[in-house]
Amino acid sequence: MQQVFKRPTSLKDVQTHFCSGCHHGTIHRLVAEAIDKYGVQERTIGVASVGCSVFLYGYFDIDVVEAPHGRASAVATGVKRAKPENFVFTYQGDGDLAAIGTAEIIHAANRGEDITVFFVNNTTYGMTGGQMAPTTLVGQKTSTSPYGRNKAKDGAPVRMAELLAQLEGVAFSARVAVNSPKNLIDAKKQIQKAFQYQVEGKGFSFIEVLSACPTNWGMNPLAANERVGTEMIDYFKLGVFKNL
Amino acid sequence: MTKRLFVKGNEAVAMAAIEAGCRYYFGYPITPQSDIPEYLSRELPKLNGEFIQAESEIASINMLLGASATGVRAMTSSSSPGISLKQEGISYMAGSELPGVIVNISRSGPGLGGIDASQADYFQSVKGGGHGGYHIIVLAPASVQEMYDLTMLAFDLADIYRMPTMILADSVVGQMKEALIANKRPVRDLPAKDWAVRGKGGGEQRVVKSLYLGDGELEAHNWKLHAKYQALKEQEVRWEEYETAGAELLVTAFGSTARIAKTAIMMAREAGLKVGLLRPITLFPFPEKALLEQTKTCKKVLVMELNAGQMVEDVRLSVARDAEVSFYGRPPGAGSLPTPEELLEQIRKHL
Repeated sequence: MQQVFKRPTSLKDVQTHFCSGCHHGTIHRLVAEAIDKYGVQERTIGVASVGCSVFLYGYFDIDVVEAPHGRASAVATGVKRAKPENFVFTYQGDGDLAAIGTAEIIHAANRGEDITVFFVNNTTYGMTGGQMAPTTLVGQKTSTSPYGRNKAKDGAPVRMAELLAQLEGVAFSARVAVNSPKNLIDAKKQIQKAFQYQVEGKGFSFIEVLSACPTNWGMNPLAANERVGTEMIDYFKLGVFKNL
Repeated sequence: MTKRLFVKGNEAVAMAAIEAGCRYYFGYPITPQSDIPEYLSRELPKLNGEFIQAESEIASINMLLGASATGVRAMTSSSSPGISLKQEGISYMAGSELPGVIVNISRSGPGLGGIDASQADYFQSVKGGGHGGYHIIVLAPASVQEMYDLTMLAFDLADIYRMPTMILADSVVGQMKEALIANKRPVRDLPAKDWAVRGKGGGEQRVVKSLYLGDGELEAHNWKLHAKYQALKEQEVRWEEYETAGAELLVTAFGSTARIAKTAIMMAREAGLKVGLLRPITLFPFPEKALLEQTKTCKKVLVMELNAGQMVEDVRLSVARDAEVSFYGRPPGAGSLPTPEELLEQIRKHL
Protein backbone atom coordinates (compact mmCIF):
# COMPACT_ATOMS: atom_id res chain seq x y z
CA MET A 1 0.00 0.00 0.00
CA GLN A 2 1.35 3.42 -0.90
CA GLN A 3 1.59 6.02 1.85
CA VAL A 4 0.24 9.32 0.56
CA PHE A 5 0.35 11.47 3.71
CA LYS A 6 2.98 11.51 6.46
CA ARG A 7 4.69 13.72 8.99
CA PRO A 8 7.43 15.86 7.38
CA THR A 9 10.92 14.60 8.29
CA SER A 10 11.87 17.95 9.85
CA LEU A 11 8.97 17.81 12.32
CA LYS A 12 9.34 15.80 15.53
CA ASP A 13 6.85 13.13 16.53
CA VAL A 14 5.50 15.03 19.55
CA GLN A 15 2.13 16.02 20.93
CA THR A 16 1.04 19.60 20.22
CA HIS A 17 0.59 22.13 23.02
CA PHE A 18 -1.26 24.61 20.82
CA CYS A 19 -4.96 25.21 21.55
CA SER A 20 -7.52 23.45 19.40
CA GLY A 21 -8.27 25.47 16.30
CA CYS A 22 -4.98 27.38 16.48
CA HIS A 23 -3.27 27.64 13.10
CA HIS A 24 0.32 27.42 14.37
CA GLY A 25 0.34 23.65 13.91
CA THR A 26 -0.74 23.94 10.26
CA ILE A 27 1.81 26.69 9.59
CA HIS A 28 4.55 24.61 11.28
CA ARG A 29 3.69 21.80 8.92
CA LEU A 30 3.88 24.01 5.83
CA VAL A 31 7.27 25.36 6.89
CA ALA A 32 8.49 21.81 7.62
CA GLU A 33 7.30 20.62 4.21
CA ALA A 34 9.27 23.42 2.57
CA ILE A 35 12.39 22.49 4.58
CA ASP A 36 11.98 18.90 3.39
CA LYS A 37 11.28 19.90 -0.21
CA TYR A 38 14.48 21.90 -0.52
CA GLY A 39 16.46 19.33 1.49
CA VAL A 40 17.87 21.97 3.85
CA GLN A 41 17.03 20.40 7.24
CA GLU A 42 20.68 19.59 7.90
CA ARG A 43 21.79 23.17 7.34
CA THR A 44 18.80 25.09 8.69
CA ILE A 45 19.04 27.35 11.74
CA GLY A 46 15.71 28.62 13.01
CA VAL A 47 15.31 31.69 15.19
CA ALA A 48 12.48 31.45 17.70
CA SER A 49 10.72 34.55 18.99
CA VAL A 50 8.79 35.30 22.17
CA GLY A 51 5.14 34.31 22.28
CA CYS A 52 3.35 31.04 21.53
CA SER A 53 5.90 30.58 18.73
CA VAL A 54 8.84 30.22 21.15
CA PHE A 55 8.48 26.44 21.33
CA LEU A 56 9.65 26.08 17.74
CA TYR A 57 12.52 23.85 18.85
CA GLY A 58 10.05 21.48 20.48
CA TYR A 59 8.47 20.74 17.11
CA PHE A 60 11.17 21.22 14.48
CA ASP A 61 14.10 18.84 14.38
CA ILE A 62 16.57 21.58 13.47
CA ASP A 63 19.07 23.80 15.30
CA VAL A 64 17.40 26.81 16.91
CA VAL A 65 18.45 30.06 18.60
CA GLU A 66 15.93 31.68 20.89
CA ALA A 67 15.75 35.49 20.49
CA PRO A 68 14.60 38.13 22.96
CA HIS A 69 11.14 39.60 22.33
CA GLY A 70 11.06 41.34 18.96
CA ARG A 71 14.73 40.80 18.18
CA ALA A 72 14.51 37.67 16.02
CA SER A 73 15.47 39.37 12.77
CA ALA A 74 18.52 41.01 14.41
CA VAL A 75 19.55 37.63 15.88
CA ALA A 76 19.00 36.00 12.46
CA THR A 77 21.17 38.73 10.91
CA GLY A 78 24.03 37.75 13.24
CA VAL A 79 23.51 34.04 12.50
CA LYS A 80 23.35 34.48 8.72
CA ARG A 81 26.34 36.83 8.50
CA ALA A 82 28.42 34.34 10.49
CA LYS A 83 27.06 31.31 8.61
CA PRO A 84 26.09 32.43 5.09
CA GLU A 85 25.99 28.80 3.91
CA ASN A 86 23.18 27.99 6.34
CA PHE A 87 19.47 28.39 5.70
CA VAL A 88 18.16 30.85 8.31
CA PHE A 89 14.56 31.71 9.12
CA THR A 90 12.66 33.48 11.88
CA TYR A 91 9.15 32.65 13.03
CA GLN A 92 7.48 35.56 14.79
CA GLY A 93 4.07 36.63 16.00
CA ASP A 94 2.40 40.01 15.48
CA GLY A 95 3.26 41.54 18.86
CA ASP A 96 6.85 40.39 18.46
CA LEU A 97 7.41 41.51 14.86
CA ALA A 98 5.02 44.44 14.34
CA ALA A 99 5.22 46.15 17.76
CA ILE A 100 8.32 45.63 19.88
CA GLY A 101 10.42 44.38 16.96
CA THR A 102 9.42 46.96 14.33
CA ALA A 103 12.84 48.57 14.10
CA GLU A 104 14.61 45.21 13.80
CA ILE A 105 12.34 43.83 11.07
CA ILE A 106 12.37 47.02 8.98
CA HIS A 107 16.14 47.32 9.06
CA ALA A 108 16.84 43.63 8.47
CA ALA A 109 14.50 43.87 5.47
CA ASN A 110 16.05 47.12 4.29
CA ARG A 111 19.55 45.64 4.45
CA GLY A 112 18.21 42.81 2.32
CA GLU A 113 19.46 40.17 4.76
CA ASP A 114 19.35 36.81 3.03
CA ILE A 115 16.87 35.30 5.51
CA THR A 116 13.23 34.17 5.41
CA VAL A 117 10.74 35.59 7.89
CA PHE A 118 7.48 33.87 8.82
CA PHE A 119 5.08 36.32 10.39
CA VAL A 120 2.07 34.78 12.08
CA ASN A 121 -0.69 37.37 12.39
CA ASN A 122 -3.58 36.42 14.68
CA THR A 123 -4.55 39.99 15.66
CA THR A 124 -3.69 39.46 19.32
CA TYR A 125 -0.99 38.71 21.90
CA GLY A 126 -1.71 35.02 22.32
CA MET A 127 0.64 33.83 25.03
CA THR A 128 0.03 36.73 27.42
CA GLY A 129 -3.72 36.24 27.26
CA GLY A 130 -5.22 38.14 24.36
CA GLN A 131 -4.17 41.76 24.64
CA MET A 132 -4.42 44.30 21.81
CA ALA A 133 -1.79 43.81 19.11
CA PRO A 134 -0.62 46.20 16.37
CA THR A 135 -2.73 44.05 14.03
CA THR A 136 -5.91 44.00 16.14
CA LEU A 137 -8.77 45.06 13.90
CA VAL A 138 -10.62 48.32 14.52
CA GLY A 139 -13.48 47.63 16.90
CA GLN A 140 -12.02 44.28 18.01
CA LYS A 141 -12.36 43.72 21.75
CA THR A 142 -9.34 42.37 23.56
CA SER A 143 -8.32 42.28 27.23
CA THR A 144 -6.63 45.69 26.83
CA SER A 145 -9.13 47.15 24.37
CA PRO A 146 -12.33 46.21 26.24
CA TYR A 147 -14.34 48.82 24.29
CA GLY A 148 -12.87 47.72 20.96
CA ARG A 149 -9.80 49.05 19.16
CA ASN A 150 -10.27 52.78 18.72
CA LYS A 151 -8.70 53.98 15.48
CA ALA A 152 -8.51 57.58 16.73
CA LYS A 153 -6.45 56.55 19.76
CA ASP A 154 -4.81 53.25 18.88
CA GLY A 155 -4.29 53.77 15.16
CA ALA A 156 -5.28 51.36 12.44
CA PRO A 157 -3.89 47.81 12.24
CA VAL A 158 -0.48 47.60 10.57
CA ARG A 159 -0.23 45.82 7.23
CA MET A 160 3.31 44.47 7.42
CA ALA A 161 3.46 42.60 4.11
CA GLU A 162 2.58 45.76 2.15
CA LEU A 163 4.80 47.96 4.32
CA LEU A 164 7.90 45.80 3.89
CA ALA A 165 7.26 45.39 0.16
CA GLN A 166 8.14 49.09 -0.21
CA LEU A 167 11.73 48.47 0.86
CA GLU A 168 14.34 47.85 -1.82
CA GLY A 169 16.03 45.12 0.19
CA VAL A 170 12.91 42.93 0.12
CA ALA A 171 12.89 40.33 -2.67
CA PHE A 172 9.62 38.66 -1.82
CA SER A 173 6.64 39.65 0.30
CA ALA A 174 3.28 37.91 0.45
CA ARG A 175 0.29 37.39 2.70
CA VAL A 176 -1.42 34.01 2.86
CA ALA A 177 -4.03 32.24 4.99
CA VAL A 178 -4.63 28.62 5.95
CA ASN A 179 -8.36 28.82 6.69
CA SER A 180 -9.59 26.90 3.61
CA PRO A 181 -8.18 24.16 1.36
CA LYS A 182 -7.83 26.69 -1.47
CA ASN A 183 -5.95 29.22 0.67
CA LEU A 184 -3.85 26.45 2.24
CA ILE A 185 -2.68 25.20 -1.14
CA ASP A 186 -1.71 28.73 -2.14
CA ALA A 187 -0.01 29.29 1.25
CA LYS A 188 2.07 26.16 0.69
CA LYS A 189 3.11 27.46 -2.73
CA GLN A 190 4.10 30.92 -1.46
CA ILE A 191 5.95 29.53 1.57
CA GLN A 192 7.97 27.31 -0.73
CA LYS A 193 8.66 30.27 -2.97
CA ALA A 194 9.93 32.25 0.04
CA PHE A 195 12.30 29.35 0.77
CA GLN A 196 13.43 29.23 -2.82
CA TYR A 197 14.42 32.91 -2.70
CA GLN A 198 16.89 32.18 0.08
CA VAL A 199 18.10 28.92 -1.40
CA GLU A 200 18.92 30.89 -4.56
CA GLY A 201 20.44 33.74 -2.53
CA LYS A 202 18.00 36.36 -3.83
CA GLY A 203 17.60 38.24 -0.56
CA PHE A 204 15.07 38.94 2.13
CA SER A 205 11.77 37.03 1.86
CA PHE A 206 8.70 37.67 3.99
CA ILE A 207 5.53 35.64 4.41
CA GLU A 208 2.64 36.87 6.53
CA VAL A 209 0.28 34.07 7.50
CA LEU A 210 -3.15 34.91 8.90
CA SER A 211 -3.93 32.69 11.84
CA ALA A 212 -6.83 31.93 14.15
CA CYS A 213 -6.59 32.25 17.92
CA PRO A 214 -9.89 30.75 19.12
CA THR A 215 -8.96 30.86 22.81
CA ASN A 216 -8.22 34.57 22.93
CA TRP A 217 -10.93 35.51 20.46
CA GLY A 218 -13.48 33.76 22.68
CA MET A 219 -14.66 31.62 19.76
CA ASN A 220 -14.90 27.94 18.99
CA PRO A 221 -12.41 26.67 16.36
CA LEU A 222 -14.92 26.74 13.52
CA ALA A 223 -16.10 30.28 14.24
CA ALA A 224 -12.49 31.43 14.60
CA ASN A 225 -11.57 29.85 11.27
CA GLU A 226 -14.59 31.56 9.77
CA ARG A 227 -13.42 34.94 11.12
CA VAL A 228 -10.08 34.58 9.32
CA GLY A 229 -11.93 34.16 6.05
CA THR A 230 -14.23 37.12 6.56
CA GLU A 231 -13.08 39.95 8.88
CA MET A 232 -9.36 39.31 8.63
CA ILE A 233 -9.03 38.76 4.90
CA ASP A 234 -11.29 41.73 4.35
CA TYR A 235 -8.67 44.02 5.93
CA PHE A 236 -5.51 41.96 5.41
CA LYS A 237 -5.80 41.20 1.70
CA LEU A 238 -4.12 38.04 0.50
CA GLY A 239 -1.60 38.34 -2.27
CA VAL A 240 1.99 38.75 -3.38
CA PHE A 241 3.17 42.31 -2.88
CA LYS A 242 6.75 41.92 -4.04
CA ASN A 243 8.25 39.27 -6.26
CA LEU A 244 11.64 40.19 -7.68
CA MET B 1 62.42 43.22 16.91
CA THR B 2 59.18 43.96 18.69
CA LYS B 3 57.42 46.83 17.03
CA ARG B 4 56.18 49.64 19.23
CA LEU B 5 53.08 51.43 18.02
CA PHE B 6 51.64 54.76 19.13
CA VAL B 7 47.86 54.37 19.16
CA LYS B 8 44.67 55.35 20.95
CA GLY B 9 43.17 53.05 23.56
CA ASN B 10 40.08 52.55 21.41
CA GLU B 11 42.23 51.54 18.44
CA ALA B 12 44.11 49.09 20.65
CA VAL B 13 40.79 47.41 21.49
CA ALA B 14 39.93 47.07 17.79
CA MET B 15 43.41 45.77 16.91
CA ALA B 16 43.32 43.23 19.73
CA ALA B 17 39.88 42.00 18.65
CA ILE B 18 41.25 41.25 15.19
CA GLU B 19 44.35 39.56 16.63
CA ALA B 20 42.07 37.47 18.87
CA GLY B 21 40.27 36.18 15.78
CA CYS B 22 37.15 38.30 16.01
CA ARG B 23 35.74 38.83 12.52
CA TYR B 24 32.23 39.99 13.38
CA TYR B 25 31.41 43.39 14.81
CA PHE B 26 27.98 44.96 15.36
CA GLY B 27 27.63 48.51 16.69
CA TYR B 28 26.07 51.91 16.67
CA PRO B 29 27.83 55.29 16.79
CA ILE B 30 28.27 56.98 20.17
CA THR B 31 30.97 59.21 21.64
CA PRO B 32 33.61 58.48 22.96
CA GLN B 33 33.95 54.99 21.44
CA SER B 34 33.38 55.60 17.72
CA ASP B 35 37.07 54.96 16.88
CA ILE B 36 36.33 51.26 17.46
CA PRO B 37 33.57 50.86 14.81
CA GLU B 38 35.47 53.22 12.49
CA TYR B 39 38.60 51.08 12.70
CA LEU B 40 36.73 47.80 12.28
CA SER B 41 34.54 49.06 9.42
CA ARG B 42 37.81 49.66 7.58
CA GLU B 43 39.71 46.51 8.58
CA LEU B 44 37.13 43.70 8.87
CA PRO B 45 36.11 43.65 5.18
CA LYS B 46 39.79 43.12 4.26
CA LEU B 47 39.70 39.94 6.38
CA ASN B 48 36.42 38.63 4.95
CA GLY B 49 34.77 39.64 8.19
CA GLU B 50 31.43 41.34 8.72
CA PHE B 51 30.85 44.83 10.04
CA ILE B 52 27.28 46.01 10.57
CA GLN B 53 26.29 49.46 11.71
CA ALA B 54 22.99 48.42 13.23
CA GLU B 55 19.82 50.48 13.57
CA SER B 56 20.21 50.57 17.34
CA GLU B 57 22.22 49.31 20.29
CA ILE B 58 19.42 46.81 20.86
CA ALA B 59 19.80 45.37 17.37
CA SER B 60 23.60 45.28 17.62
CA ILE B 61 23.67 43.26 20.87
CA ASN B 62 21.16 40.84 19.33
CA MET B 63 23.29 40.46 16.21
CA LEU B 64 26.14 39.65 18.58
CA LEU B 65 23.88 37.08 20.27
CA GLY B 66 23.09 35.47 16.91
CA ALA B 67 26.69 35.41 15.70
CA SER B 68 27.99 34.09 19.04
CA ALA B 69 25.37 31.33 18.95
CA THR B 70 27.08 29.99 15.81
CA GLY B 71 30.38 29.76 17.68
CA VAL B 72 32.32 32.60 16.04
CA ARG B 73 34.15 35.30 17.99
CA ALA B 74 32.16 38.53 17.86
CA MET B 75 32.10 41.93 19.54
CA THR B 76 30.07 45.06 20.10
CA SER B 77 31.08 48.34 21.69
CA SER B 78 29.28 51.39 22.98
CA SER B 79 29.23 53.97 25.73
CA SER B 80 27.01 54.23 28.80
CA PRO B 81 23.57 55.17 27.38
CA GLY B 82 24.06 52.61 24.62
CA ILE B 83 25.19 49.99 27.12
CA SER B 84 21.91 50.54 29.00
CA LEU B 85 20.06 49.62 25.80
CA LYS B 86 22.15 46.48 25.44
CA GLN B 87 21.28 45.18 28.91
CA GLU B 88 18.30 43.14 27.69
CA GLY B 89 20.50 41.29 25.21
CA ILE B 90 23.30 40.86 27.76
CA SER B 91 20.83 39.23 30.16
CA TYR B 92 19.68 36.85 27.40
CA MET B 93 23.30 36.07 26.49
CA ALA B 94 24.11 35.37 30.15
CA GLY B 95 21.03 33.14 30.41
CA SER B 96 21.87 31.37 27.14
CA GLU B 97 25.54 30.95 28.21
CA LEU B 98 26.83 32.76 25.16
CA PRO B 99 30.33 34.21 24.92
CA GLY B 100 30.77 37.62 23.30
CA VAL B 101 32.77 40.75 24.07
CA ILE B 102 31.08 44.02 24.97
CA VAL B 103 33.18 47.18 25.27
CA ASN B 104 31.94 50.11 27.35
CA ILE B 105 33.97 53.30 26.92
CA SER B 106 31.82 54.85 29.58
CA ARG B 107 30.70 58.45 29.81
CA SER B 108 28.93 60.45 32.46
CA GLY B 109 25.27 60.15 33.36
CA PRO B 110 22.58 59.60 34.41
CA GLY B 111 20.48 60.00 31.29
CA LEU B 112 22.25 61.79 28.47
CA GLY B 113 24.69 63.15 31.07
CA GLY B 114 27.81 64.26 29.27
CA ILE B 115 30.68 62.85 27.26
CA ASP B 116 33.51 63.23 29.76
CA ALA B 117 35.19 60.40 31.64
CA SER B 118 33.23 58.64 34.34
CA GLN B 119 33.32 55.45 36.37
CA ALA B 120 29.64 55.62 37.27
CA ASP B 121 28.80 52.40 35.38
CA TYR B 122 30.59 50.22 37.96
CA PHE B 123 27.38 49.00 39.60
CA GLN B 124 25.67 48.39 36.24
CA SER B 125 28.65 46.37 35.01
CA VAL B 126 29.46 44.18 38.00
CA LYS B 127 26.05 43.68 39.59
CA GLY B 128 24.29 42.27 36.54
CA GLY B 129 22.94 45.32 34.71
CA GLY B 130 19.93 43.58 33.24
CA HIS B 131 17.19 41.48 34.82
CA GLY B 132 17.39 38.08 36.41
CA GLY B 133 20.40 37.97 38.73
CA TYR B 134 23.50 37.10 36.70
CA HIS B 135 27.10 38.26 36.39
CA ILE B 136 29.35 38.93 33.44
CA ILE B 137 33.14 39.06 33.50
CA VAL B 138 34.29 42.69 33.79
CA LEU B 139 37.84 43.79 32.95
CA ALA B 140 39.08 47.31 33.73
CA PRO B 141 42.13 48.40 31.69
CA ALA B 142 44.17 51.39 32.88
CA SER B 143 46.46 51.87 29.89
CA VAL B 144 46.51 51.50 26.12
CA GLN B 145 48.62 48.35 26.50
CA GLU B 146 46.00 46.90 28.83
CA MET B 147 43.21 47.86 26.43
CA TYR B 148 44.95 45.55 23.99
CA ASP B 149 45.95 42.75 26.35
CA LEU B 150 42.66 42.61 28.25
CA THR B 151 40.60 42.64 25.05
CA MET B 152 42.44 39.50 23.95
CA LEU B 153 41.95 38.00 27.38
CA ALA B 154 38.26 38.91 27.23
CA PHE B 155 37.74 36.72 24.16
CA ASP B 156 39.46 33.77 25.84
CA LEU B 157 37.57 34.14 29.14
CA ALA B 158 34.26 34.52 27.27
CA ASP B 159 34.90 31.26 25.40
CA ILE B 160 36.22 29.33 28.40
CA TYR B 161 33.38 30.29 30.72
CA ARG B 162 30.70 30.75 28.02
CA MET B 163 29.86 34.17 29.39
CA PRO B 164 29.51 37.69 28.02
CA THR B 165 32.67 39.60 28.94
CA MET B 166 32.92 43.36 29.27
CA ILE B 167 35.79 45.77 28.88
CA LEU B 168 34.93 48.71 31.15
CA ALA B 169 37.03 51.78 30.43
CA ASP B 170 36.39 55.49 30.00
CA SER B 171 37.34 58.25 27.59
CA VAL B 172 40.67 58.83 29.37
CA VAL B 173 41.83 55.31 28.55
CA GLY B 174 39.90 55.13 25.27
CA GLN B 175 41.04 58.41 23.78
CA MET B 176 44.63 58.77 25.01
CA LYS B 177 47.55 57.68 22.87
CA GLU B 178 50.37 55.62 24.34
CA ALA B 179 53.02 53.21 23.21
CA LEU B 180 51.68 49.76 22.46
CA ILE B 181 53.41 46.47 21.88
CA ALA B 182 50.91 44.49 19.86
CA ASN B 183 51.55 41.03 21.29
CA LYS B 184 50.46 37.90 19.51
CA ARG B 185 47.51 36.03 20.87
CA PRO B 186 48.45 34.06 23.96
CA VAL B 187 47.84 30.36 23.54
CA ARG B 188 45.29 29.09 25.98
CA ASP B 189 43.38 25.83 25.92
CA LEU B 190 39.91 26.64 24.70
CA PRO B 191 36.98 24.24 25.01
CA ALA B 192 35.32 22.99 21.83
CA LYS B 193 32.10 24.84 21.07
CA ASP B 194 29.98 21.71 20.94
CA TRP B 195 26.91 23.75 21.86
CA ALA B 196 26.95 26.13 18.89
CA VAL B 197 24.20 25.96 16.25
CA ARG B 198 25.53 24.91 12.86
CA GLY B 199 22.63 23.29 11.00
CA LYS B 200 22.51 19.86 12.58
CA GLY B 201 23.97 18.02 9.60
CA GLY B 202 22.86 14.60 10.76
CA GLY B 203 23.91 15.22 14.35
CA GLU B 204 21.82 15.98 17.42
CA GLN B 205 19.60 19.06 17.51
CA ARG B 206 21.24 22.02 19.25
CA VAL B 207 19.20 24.78 20.85
CA VAL B 208 20.60 28.01 22.30
CA LYS B 209 18.02 29.34 24.76
CA SER B 210 17.35 30.87 28.14
CA LEU B 211 13.76 29.68 28.65
CA TYR B 212 13.40 26.87 31.19
CA LEU B 213 9.83 26.00 32.12
CA GLY B 214 10.18 22.39 33.26
CA ASP B 215 9.93 21.55 36.94
CA GLY B 216 13.23 22.52 38.62
CA GLU B 217 14.99 23.23 35.30
CA LEU B 218 15.50 26.93 35.83
CA GLU B 219 16.77 26.55 39.38
CA ALA B 220 19.28 23.95 38.22
CA HIS B 221 20.32 26.24 35.37
CA ASN B 222 20.83 29.15 37.77
CA TRP B 223 22.93 27.02 40.12
CA LYS B 224 25.05 26.06 37.14
CA LEU B 225 25.60 29.74 36.31
CA HIS B 226 26.35 30.44 39.97
CA ALA B 227 28.99 27.69 40.01
CA LYS B 228 30.74 29.46 37.12
CA TYR B 229 30.83 32.70 39.12
CA GLN B 230 32.45 30.81 41.99
CA ALA B 231 34.98 29.23 39.62
CA LEU B 232 35.85 32.69 38.28
CA LYS B 233 36.50 33.90 41.83
CA GLU B 234 38.89 30.99 42.33
CA GLN B 235 40.68 31.07 38.99
CA GLU B 236 40.52 34.40 37.21
CA VAL B 237 40.93 37.23 39.70
CA ARG B 238 43.50 39.77 38.53
CA TRP B 239 44.86 42.82 40.28
CA GLU B 240 47.99 44.95 40.53
CA GLU B 241 49.82 45.80 43.73
CA TYR B 242 52.13 48.81 43.80
CA GLU B 243 54.29 49.79 46.79
CA THR B 244 52.12 47.79 49.17
CA ALA B 245 55.02 46.46 51.25
CA GLY B 246 54.90 48.13 54.65
CA ALA B 247 52.10 50.44 53.57
CA GLU B 248 50.06 52.09 56.32
CA LEU B 249 47.45 53.31 53.86
CA LEU B 250 46.18 51.22 50.96
CA VAL B 251 44.68 53.16 48.08
CA THR B 252 42.25 51.18 45.94
CA ALA B 253 41.22 52.47 42.53
CA PHE B 254 40.56 51.05 39.06
CA GLY B 255 41.04 52.19 35.47
CA SER B 256 41.90 55.81 34.75
CA THR B 257 41.62 56.85 38.42
CA ALA B 258 44.21 54.22 39.36
CA ARG B 259 46.64 55.83 36.90
CA ILE B 260 46.28 59.21 38.61
CA ALA B 261 46.40 57.57 42.05
CA LYS B 262 49.66 55.85 41.10
CA THR B 263 51.29 59.20 40.34
CA ALA B 264 50.01 60.54 43.65
CA ILE B 265 51.49 57.50 45.42
CA MET B 266 54.87 58.05 43.72
CA MET B 267 54.81 61.61 45.03
CA ALA B 268 53.77 60.37 48.49
CA ARG B 269 56.56 57.78 48.61
CA GLU B 270 59.09 60.48 47.65
CA ALA B 271 57.79 62.46 50.59
CA GLY B 272 58.34 59.41 52.83
CA LEU B 273 54.67 58.50 53.24
CA LYS B 274 53.94 54.76 53.57
CA VAL B 275 51.21 54.31 51.04
CA GLY B 276 50.51 51.63 48.43
CA LEU B 277 48.00 50.82 45.71
CA LEU B 278 45.81 47.83 45.06
CA ARG B 279 44.27 48.13 41.61
CA PRO B 280 41.53 45.63 40.71
CA ILE B 281 41.93 44.59 37.05
CA THR B 282 38.99 42.19 37.11
CA LEU B 283 36.03 44.03 38.64
CA PHE B 284 34.05 40.81 38.45
CA PRO B 285 35.45 38.56 39.83
CA PHE B 286 36.54 41.14 42.41
CA PRO B 287 39.90 40.73 44.22
CA GLU B 288 38.22 40.02 47.57
CA LYS B 289 40.97 37.77 48.93
CA ALA B 290 43.78 40.15 47.96
CA LEU B 291 42.05 42.97 49.83
CA LEU B 292 41.51 40.76 52.85
CA GLU B 293 45.17 39.73 52.79
CA GLN B 294 46.43 43.33 52.55
CA THR B 295 44.15 44.58 55.31
CA LYS B 296 45.36 41.97 57.77
CA THR B 297 48.32 44.32 58.24
CA CYS B 298 47.33 47.61 56.62
CA LYS B 299 44.30 48.89 58.52
CA LYS B 300 43.50 51.99 56.51
CA VAL B 301 42.00 51.84 53.04
CA LEU B 302 41.19 54.81 50.84
CA VAL B 303 39.02 54.08 47.82
CA MET B 304 39.21 56.57 44.97
CA GLU B 305 36.66 56.58 42.16
CA LEU B 306 35.36 58.89 39.47
CA ASN B 307 31.84 58.57 40.85
CA ALA B 308 30.08 59.21 44.15
CA GLY B 309 31.05 55.83 45.63
CA GLN B 310 30.38 52.45 44.05
CA MET B 311 33.34 50.06 44.16
CA VAL B 312 33.84 51.20 47.77
CA GLU B 313 30.92 48.94 48.69
CA ASP B 314 32.71 45.86 47.37
CA VAL B 315 35.90 46.96 49.12
CA ARG B 316 34.01 47.24 52.43
CA LEU B 317 32.66 43.71 51.94
CA SER B 318 36.16 42.37 51.26
CA VAL B 319 38.50 43.92 53.84
CA ALA B 320 39.43 42.62 57.30
CA ARG B 321 36.73 43.46 59.84
CA ASP B 322 38.87 45.96 61.74
CA ALA B 323 40.03 47.85 58.66
CA GLU B 324 38.81 51.40 58.20
CA VAL B 325 37.56 52.22 54.68
CA SER B 326 37.32 55.82 53.47
CA PHE B 327 36.17 57.14 50.14
CA TYR B 328 37.21 59.99 47.91
CA GLY B 329 35.55 60.61 44.59
CA ARG B 330 33.49 62.92 42.52
CA PRO B 331 30.36 62.24 40.56
CA PRO B 332 30.61 62.62 36.78
CA GLY B 333 30.76 66.13 35.40
CA ALA B 334 32.91 68.36 33.24
CA GLY B 335 36.33 68.91 34.73
CA SER B 336 35.90 66.37 37.49
CA LEU B 337 39.07 64.44 36.65
CA PRO B 338 41.22 64.70 39.80
CA THR B 339 44.86 65.83 39.70
CA PRO B 340 47.67 63.83 41.37
CA GLU B 341 48.12 66.76 43.80
CA GLU B 342 44.45 66.54 44.76
CA LEU B 343 44.75 62.81 45.47
CA LEU B 344 48.04 63.34 47.35
CA GLU B 345 46.24 65.77 49.62
CA GLN B 346 43.64 63.06 50.34
CA ILE B 347 46.39 60.55 51.05
CA ARG B 348 47.96 62.94 53.58
CA LYS B 349 44.55 63.51 55.17
CA HIS B 350 43.88 59.81 55.66
CA LEU B 351 47.32 58.66 56.81
